[in-house]
Amino acid sequence: MTQSAMRKMKWRKLKSGDRLNRGIGGDLLVVVFVGAFAAFSSLPLVFAIMHSFKPLSELFLFPPRFFVMEPTLANYVGLFQLSANMWVPFNRYLFNSLFITFAGSFGQIIVASLAAYPLAKHVFPGRIALNQLVVFALLFSTTVLMVPSYVIMTYLGLVDTHLAIILPAMQRTIGLFLMVSFMYQVPTDTIEAARIDGCNEFGILWRIVMPVVKPATMTMLIFAFQELWRSTGDGFIFTENLKTLPVAFAQIQAGGVARAGVFAAATVIMMIPPIILFFFAQHKIIETMAYSGVKG
Amino acid sequence: MVKTRKVSLLHQMKRSWVSYVMLAPFFTLFFIFTVLPILSSAVLGFTSFNMLETPRFVGFNNFRHLLVNDDVFWIAFRNTMIFALVTGPLGYVLMVFLAWFINEIKGILRTILTLLIYAPSMMGTAFFIWFILFSPDAHGYINGFLMRWNIIHEPIEWLLHPDYVLGVIMLVQIWISMGVGFLAVLAGFKTVDRTYYEAAALDGVRNRFQELWHVTLPLIAPQMFFAAIMQLAGSFAVWEISVNLAGFPSTEYAASTIVTHIVDYAQIRYELGMASALAVILFILMLVINVGLRRMFINKVGN
Repeated sequence: MTQSAMRKMKWRKLKSGDRLNRGIGGDLLVVVFVGAFAAFSSLPLVFAIMHSFKPLSELFLFPPRFFVMEPTLANYVGLFQLSANMWVPFNRYLFNSLFITFAGSFGQIIVASLAAYPLAKHVFPGRIALNQLVVFALLFSTTVLMVPSYVIMTYLGLVDTHLAIILPAMQRTIGLFLMVSFMYQVPTDTIEAARIDGCNEFGILWRIVMPVVKPATMTMLIFAFQELWRSTGDGFIFTENLKTLPVAFAQIQAGGVARAGVFAAATVIMMIPPIILFFFAQHKIIETMAYSGVKG
Repeated sequence: MVKTRKVSLLHQMKRSWVSYVMLAPFFTLFFIFTVLPILSSAVLGFTSFNMLETPRFVGFNNFRHLLVNDDVFWIAFRNTMIFALVTGPLGYVLMVFLAWFINEIKGILRTILTLLIYAPSMMGTAFFIWFILFSPDAHGYINGFLMRWNIIHEPIEWLLHPDYVLGVIMLVQIWISMGVGFLAVLAGFKTVDRTYYEAAALDGVRNRFQELWHVTLPLIAPQMFFAAIMQLAGSFAVWEISVNLAGFPSTEYAASTIVTHIVDYAQIRYELGMASALAVILFILMLVINVGLRRMFINKVGN
């Protein structure tokens, strides 16, 4: 009797405050630790931004200086001028990169979600073997796969097409493995209930599983997008018209030391889309909690 | 007996046709673009192949050569083991702590801090900053500070001296391990229902560390396993950091790893057979550790 009364009292105390077991001292420690690590991790990012605003005289200063002394927009202006006067129109490279990035990322999310659901939640012969195969594939060094991959691409007639980038992106094992990890946590009871209500497996995946694993899809989107956006074609693309944005910028850099500043500006511009996507995706992840937190 | 089992297996497979339909797109692509290249590469490990002539079958010769005659292999092996056994667990623990701490922070500050910590992985070439920090002359930041504080009297060649270079590269690797595993664990924290924490508080959980240990970590075991595998693959596969910071080859091979050795065989000597044999050895090594990791997580991942 007294014990249940105590539990009740504790419960009331819990309900009154949103912050369970949290003290101000711990909060401070957390912010200081994360802040210090983040400050140090931000150095390359800050350095790249600083670099892009440096005039040529400062870019090759020795010893190198971290901060810019006389900031200039010359590098960005130079980048704009160079991009406007390319042999293949700049838009072409931009389109290629956007196409590969979007087709690859969304293709990966769709294909991986479809496969992850049975791997995590169905019982069928070969399930454990396939799950382990996915992990094994992650452990084989990719540095020796170029020659076999090239032979396969040639055989399939995919060399010098965007599909040579998009199709391999859709079967990235990291994406599938991530998806399976999150789908394990979807309550089996909920899936069973939907099945009894007459929902088919595709409907269950779309309506019940996908909303719950939104943090996984968003994490996958961040990762796939940034990888594909950086893609230089993996050595499969030779036609100038089909090349990607990083290749175009690398050509700017190949123009010599005088282009170093312009290349620094290009590096910063290239970072903007993945960072915007990162903010969007993280926002969605935080939002997810608000929903699943309400239901018991 | 055997026949009935076969029939029932076939029956089971027939009943699971929906599962196979869902698996088909991924695994078709996966067999073409991942399994097939890996299998061909493993076969090449038993051949002598210079990328011009047809591969010639040589049995276990490549493996024998690597294990018996190749001195650099054993240096690279030792370096890789030290490297992976230190950076793997350390990076992992740091990653879990950072993800946990960030999860305690709310609002836009959380997203900004996550971005900054993840930024090095996003940039790809972020380790160049370490080159400036560890420059071997007096202008390097580390040398500069140490000399100003009279801890050392002449600059240390951090990236050239065999005694220091592996340590520096390990530090960089730990720092750079906040990749997709980190994001997965952080996102995993968000999947834990708040009611679990309320129940745990009633059951006597008194502080956030107990909460993490008794409630959160068991619930996000799948994400923890994912991050562990990513960490395993990352710490054994290191080579770009080594090549970019310590040079290729590094002084007395002090920063050589199995993968830098693979790259040496594949891209400089054009001995693809030898490179593939090395890749197979590395794969077996990681497989053993993977089994260990799986044991640690097995009851929790639900597989």
